[in-house]
Amino acid sequence: MAQAVPAGQKWWSGGKSPFHVEYGKLMMWFFLMSDAFTFGALLISYGTIRMSSNAWPNPNEVFKTFPIIGEMPVPLAFVSLMTFILIMSSVTMVLAVGAGHNNDRKAVLKWLFWTIIGGLAFLSCQAWEWTHLHMEGAWWGRNPFMNIDGTQSSSNFTNFFFTITGFHGFHVFSGVIVNIIMFIMTWKGTFERKGHYLMIEKAGLYWHFVDLVWVFVFTCFYLL
Amino acid sequence: MSNELAIHGQGETMVSHDAHHEHDLHHHKQSFITKYVFSQDHKTICKQFLITGIIWAMIGGLMSVIFRLQLGYPDSTFPWLEDILGKWAKGGKLTPEAYYALVTMHGTILVFFVLTGGLSGTFANFLIPLQIGARDMASPFLNMLSYWFFWLGSVVLLSSLFIETGPASGGWTIYPPLSALGDANLGSQAGMDFWIVGMALFVISSLLGGLNYITTILNMRTKGMSMTRLPLTIWALLFTAILGVLSFPVLLSGLILLMFDRHFGTSFFLSDIFITATQTALPNEGGSPILFQHLFWFLGHPEVYIIILPAMGLVSEVMAINARKPIFGYMAMVGSLFAITILAFLVWAHHMFVTGLNPFLGSVFVLLTLLIAVPSAIKVFNWLTTLWRGNLRFTPGMLFAIGFVSIFISGGLTGIFIGNSTLDIHLHDTYFMIAHFHLVMGVAAFFGMFCGVYHWFPKMFGRYMNNTMAYIHFWVTLAGAYLIFWPMHYEGLAGMPRRYMDYSGWSSFNKFAGLNQFITDVALIVFAVQLMFVFNFFYSIFKGRKVTTKNPWGANTLEWTTPIRPGHGNWVGEIPEVYRWAYDYGKDGKDFIPQTEPLGADEQHH
Repeated sequence: MAQAVPAGQKWWSGGKSPFHVEYGKLMMWFFLMSDAFTFGALLISYGTIRMSSNAWPNPNEVFKTFPIIGEMPVPLAFVSLMTFILIMSSVTMVLAVGAGHNNDRKAVLKWLFWTIIGGLAFLSCQAWEWTHLHMEGAWWGRNPFMNIDGTQSSSNFTNFFFTITGFHGFHVFSGVIVNIIMFIMTWKGTFERKGHYLMIEKAGLYWHFVDLVWVFVFTCFYLL
Repeated sequence: MSNELAIHGQGETMVSHDAHHEHDLHHHKQSFITKYVFSQDHKTICKQFLITGIIWAMIGGLMSVIFRLQLGYPDSTFPWLEDILGKWAKGGKLTPEAYYALVTMHGTILVFFVLTGGLSGTFANFLIPLQIGARDMASPFLNMLSYWFFWLGSVVLLSSLFIETGPASGGWTIYPPLSALGDANLGSQAGMDFWIVGMALFVISSLLGGLNYITTILNMRTKGMSMTRLPLTIWALLFTAILGVLSFPVLLSGLILLMFDRHFGTSFFLSDIFITATQTALPNEGGSPILFQHLFWFLGHPEVYIIILPAMGLVSEVMAINARKPIFGYMAMVGSLFAITILAFLVWAHHMFVTGLNPFLGSVFVLLTLLIAVPSAIKVFNWLTTLWRGNLRFTPGMLFAIGFVSIFISGGLTGIFIGNSTLDIHLHDTYFMIAHFHLVMGVAAFFGMFCGVYHWFPKMFGRYMNNTMAYIHFWVTLAGAYLIFWPMHYEGLAGMPRRYMDYSGWSSFNKFAGLNQFITDVALIVFAVQLMFVFNFFYSIFKGRKVTTKNPWGANTLEWTTPIRPGHGNWVGEIPEVYRWAYDYGKDGKDFIPQTEPLGADEQHH
């Protein structure tokens, strides 16, 4: 059996990790693929039901309020802010990971702190939005919004909205918890003693994934 | 992370090669709890999976015996049934609810808890580190969690058997609306919630295990163990883990939506329903029960390959060893495993030909489904050509490996029938279907599992299983499997539907009364023989003939270079280096050449 042996480095010959990927990082990537299938299944279910419905509420009408100010002249203002916050928290996470590469403990702490704040801010926004919708009469099994063509809408608009944004919010929440643990470990100097900040990198992968999923959730529920 | 770091304080376990001093291996301080209960040693976790699987198999098997009694003897009563089932078998006769609960739980238990958890949980844990040359899994801790989530899921599912309204009873596929509406069915009340929670825990267990198996195989192979030198067991387990990691989350999504439909007034899978029992029209609209079927079978179909691929891997390995020949077509074997893995994700809707699927879409799924026959046939021909002119040693493991091929062919051929959407209109939900999947993934996977257990028992426990009982076990099970399932093909072709508890009211089917009775009688004998296997298993752990040499089967793979009873860390001293593939049997006049033997001057690289 002749095998094609690549010229130069034999990555797959055993005794080392192919591509020098540490096992935990590899696990994280496979976990994210798995989780992508979870979200994929939920969003495809949403698409299926929506496509088989005669009409659907107009997101520009449903999501038009802003805390304190009330109704906005432009639609989707609040969710744009939420999205901006989450994307900024991804930026600060990149900076935290970068600081980790330089073994700069103080900078890691600073950027992790802002990432945690960003995550908490996003969750608070979501809590406000849920509360607001709930007060308007929307909940699982209840949908006060009319279809875009003025006909009565089925409750699946709110059913999917609360289930999928809730599932995403749960992921953000777990991400914040992970980041807080990372913050404490950095603060205590655990990674400094280890000599590397790989754990921050893995937490970062998860955080970016959660952000990426939000882009799809945002597109499905607010834009389409 | 290097292999050396994978276990804590390795070195302290490395004491002795010698069989007579095997107890020295465990002399360092480990309490009973950390050694046998919350163990992080992959070999102990393997045994936990195996023994839990055996217990589940006995429960699931007993259920089939009980409903088979009903099917074979619909007019008789069995007073002892009331003793064990109480109100579910008033006067010794199963109630319809109990019958449905039994078939539902039989399917769930055997498919998930025995042939997924029990089969790949056992052999992935045992063989991956030992055969690739690693001290343990990449993350022994997550590996331990994987077992304990499995255990927790098992406890939840088991306790559903004892609640007042009984366990889930809407079929193992739990299609809504039946599974979503408690008013529709006793088993759709609390039992269904237990089922969902138990399965969610099972999915977590399978995810943690799968991530570990993949990363361990990719990252922790010993020096020289390139991917193409891996034994086929490891390739099979790798693809199994990938299938599990990518398909179980979709089931989880479906279960989440189902849970909301059950308890939070949503209509994901529900629309326009009137319940006769309570004379109420439900407000749900806009949902689609077909959507659930898509989500379920997107897992459900890969799931059958999650069950059969490990069995294929075990059979390939045991067959080459006991034919004293290299496996025929190693790369074709790997390639066909890969092809099956890809196709596994593209054929799910062939379970749904008669649910109102667009016929054009159906034709696409027919094509993709029939394509699976190609890699399957490649594997079968490679097994047969491996046997061809081999010096066959009929060890119990080898017999089950050969039996696997026989059963896989018999069950696989009928897959071509029902993979055709037109034929499926007639055969769907009949006993033909029951016969097909029981042979091809039920019995065949069990044969793979038995083959693995008999073959690796000496490595697991340092003793052999009793051969006489093993031979009786093999021949009775092989003959019994055919006697039980072959007649079902005829019943199914005649249109006899599944999931009925009594056929005597239909003149088209009551001609099968004698045949049904015969099937039940054989099933009783086969079940008794499985109990004998379980007895043999536990008896041999303590009283079996002791293994006295490190490599009793004359095998090439790395697990046989470890001490007879390896400690945590597997090898004393350095992990061996690998110089060749795992299948140098009968080469250059030598009976076998272990993977650790450097290439001779006149040999070429594999």
